[in-house]
Amino acid sequence: MALQSLDIKARSATTTPSPSVRETMEVAKLIDISKCIGCKACQVACMEWNDLRDEVGNNVGVYDNPADLTAKSWTVMRYAEVEVEQNKLEWLIRKDGCMHCADPGCLKACPSPGAIVQYSNGIVDFHQENCIGCGYCITGCPFNVPRISKQDSKAYKCTLCSDRIAVGLEPACVKTCPTGAIVFGAKGDMIHHAEGRVTDLKSRGYTNAGLYDPQGVGGTHVMYVLQHADQPSLYSGLPKDPSISAMVGLWKGVAKPLLSLGIGLTVLAGFFHYIKAGPNEVEEETEK
Amino acid sequence: MSNETNLVQRYNVKERTNHWVVAITFIMLVLSGLALFHPSCLFFYSLFGGGTWARILHPFIGVIMFLSFLGLAVKFWDHNHITDTDREWRKHLGDILANKAKNLPEIGKYNIGQKYLFWSLVAIIPMLMLSGFIIWQPYFAPVFAIGLVRFASLIHALAAFIGIVAIIVHVYAAYWTRGSISAMTRGTVTKAWAKHHHPAWYKEVNKGAK
Ligand code: HEM
Ligand code: SF4
Ligand code: SF4
Repeated sequence: MALQSLDIKARSATTTPSPSVRETMEVAKLIDISKCIGCKACQVACMEWNDLRDEVGNNVGVYDNPADLTAKSWTVMRYAEVEVEQNKLEWLIRKDGCMHCADPGCLKACPSPGAIVQYSNGIVDFHQENCIGCGYCITGCPFNVPRISKQDSKAYKCTLCSDRIAVGLEPACVKTCPTGAIVFGAKGDMIHHAEGRVTDLKSRGYTNAGLYDPQGVGGTHVMYVLQHADQPSLYSGLPKDPSISAMVGLWKGVAKPLLSLGIGLTVLAGFFHYIKAGPNEVEEETEK
Repeated sequence: MSNETNLVQRYNVKERTNHWVVAITFIMLVLSGLALFHPSCLFFYSLFGGGTWARILHPFIGVIMFLSFLGLAVKFWDHNHITDTDREWRKHLGDILANKAKNLPEIGKYNIGQKYLFWSLVAIIPMLMLSGFIIWQPYFAPVFAIGLVRFASLIHALAAFIGIVAIIVHVYAAYWTRGSISAMTRGTVTKAWAKHHHPAWYKEVNKGAK
């Protein structure tokens, strides 16, 4: 969704500066998994605010419903039953969705100008009117987030309620969460808030509690407080050290400029060869 | 037919048609592909009616090119085996490029540069087809593992690069070597051209004609 009141830090398939004179605060959403009761009010609020009505699916035997992110379900709750200590069952419920990476693989891979933008406040947003449906964002994302709609072949994901943030509101999920497990504010404040929560969790025996703000993608604008920050994969496969895949780095970081240069040089070499040597003509004698 | 005139037949109608189907589809693929590859080529999107159309059309054009290239590969396969004479000829490459070559080894229908082009296309076009298939949205990409899709994206770009550079050289060589283009447009070259550039082939054609 195009938002003229938010400035843009990075724009897909664009090599010149984006509009960026306004100063906005770097924001973040903090999800405290230790406070989440899995009520899915946030999932409902997301549908409500964004006018999304996914198909009513089937129960797959667990509480996860829908079972995965879709073009119409931008956030889903993932329920993991784990025994970190033997005979001590823990129900780790993670609100999954876009992490709003500081270094977004989706944006790096996207070949359509302005289909993906990163606002100066850190939010990564998809502008579907510019999307061509190539799926490169899926290839680039280290968190398996974007989904292409079967209805219109455009990519969709969580907007972090950029439209609400732009007018000074908090995201719909934050507003609705009954336990205060989701909070929103300046990124620095959220890190500070998380530190308090981590200290509290440690005093309650979660010695490995910590903040999930993975530096491999430059940090994220959606962060988690984890009881077991040493094992993020316990939380339905949250990656431990996510980063943009080396394959995508080679493709979009190395190959893109080098190969373009190579093609340009080949054309120039041909042109200047002709200028220097002239055409290869069959001589008069052999014509007979 | 060529006995009365100073022309020699080099390609028949089927070969020419096949060549140009490959050439036209290849160029369309290069243009739409480069637009997807690098922002400096974004304006090529508009040749296809915008980015979305370019994305939709590119893989279908790719299938046409792949199938028609198979035809070309089969037709030209036997003429492209690299021989010792070709290797001998290659030693004179510097002189040839400077238009100073004299007493070249008598090569057949294709020189070693053309043969390298042929074999590099034989290698990369199936690679492009296969990797393109794996990244084809919305039909096929979703069924492949993400690691494979990432690998295929990289391979597709690399293979396309090799193909594009090879074709730039090919097009330039066709233009630079005066008298070649008619081989693919009218099907004929002059006897002088044939004698000069592909003497062994010329002898063979003459023998057949007698
Ligand atoms: C405007 C572009 C092109 C021009 C002017 C052109 C011209 C020619 C000419 C004149 C020949 C005959 C050379 C000879 O008989 O010695 C030829 C052969 C051939 N062309 Fe092209 N061509 C073009 C594009 C392409 C493209 C895009 C492809 C494939 C992707 C291609 C594939 C081939 C192949 C495989 C041969 C046979 C050469 C061999 O087997 O070594 N051409 N072309
Ligand atoms: S599908 Fe993803 S990568 Fe492709 S244009 Fe749309 S947003 Fe960009
Ligand atoms: S989580 Fe994926 S979709 Fe979200 S900003 Fe990061 S790379 Fe993009």
